[in-house]
Amino acid sequence: MPDNVLTLHYDIEGNDFTSAGEASGDVKRKLRMLGISPNTIRKLAVAMYEGEINQVIHANGGHIDVEITPQLIKIVLSDEGPGIPDVEAAMSEGFSTATEEIHNMGFGAGMGLPNMKKYSDTFELETEVGKGTVITMTVNIE
Amino acid sequence: MKLRDFVNDMGLRVFAGEDNLDTEVTGGYCGDLLSWVMGRAKPGDMWITIMSNLNTVAVAVMSDVAAVLMAEGVEPGDDVIQRARERDVVLLGSDEPIYELAAAVSKKLGEG
Repeated sequence: MPDNVLTLHYDIEGNDFTSAGEASGDVKRKLRMLGISPNTIRKLAVAMYEGEINQVIHANGGHIDVEITPQLIKIVLSDEGPGIPDVEAAMSEGFSTATEEIHNMGFGAGMGLPNMKKYSDTFELETEVGKGTVITMTVNIE
Repeated sequence: MKLRDFVNDMGLRVFAGEDNLDTEVTGGYCGDLLSWVMGRAKPGDMWITIMSNLNTVAVAVMSDVAAVLMAEGVEPGDDVIQRARERDVVLLGSDEPIYELAAAVSKKLGEG
């Protein structure tokens, strides 16, 4: 691996809403220290936070690997959760399978995956029901 | 127009972020669905909401809003205030409904 790549790893606890967002917040702070532009940081932070929250809500937790190169930031979200049976539905705005309890916390708007796609420059989703989901996103550094 | 001007002129409570009231406010956004706010609120917005949980602070961090303005007399818990302080998030409050607050923020923004 080249010297100018910074890698970070986070383990996300399932159903832990008190520390949800801490991984994304940590990446955001590190990017700011690296002098990355605010617009790039915001895109990355929104996309990653949605992925982190999805792992907390739907996947009983997961892992997030972050790679920062001079050109782009790559985020790999992997989980061993239930998988997504209907990807097309999950990718459409407003579609949600979250419970009422989750809705009461302000989640489950059905904007998670759409926001991840909207705020990333590349977005790939691999999922298998019963096995889990891997999402790979990149955000170009301006 | 700075947060301080909104706090003073609208009589807002400051739950957290007393030291960050020089932040410039450039717009406003109303909403309680967190992903919706994350996707639509713009940096520098005054985010008006009735949500007051820990995730509200996280969304404020990610979306770079100028402040969270809790409407209808909603008060954040001590854990939320503590997290907001750690993350440099400004938490404000008012007894007014969201509609009235949005109108007041809009009017002040118009004054430049």
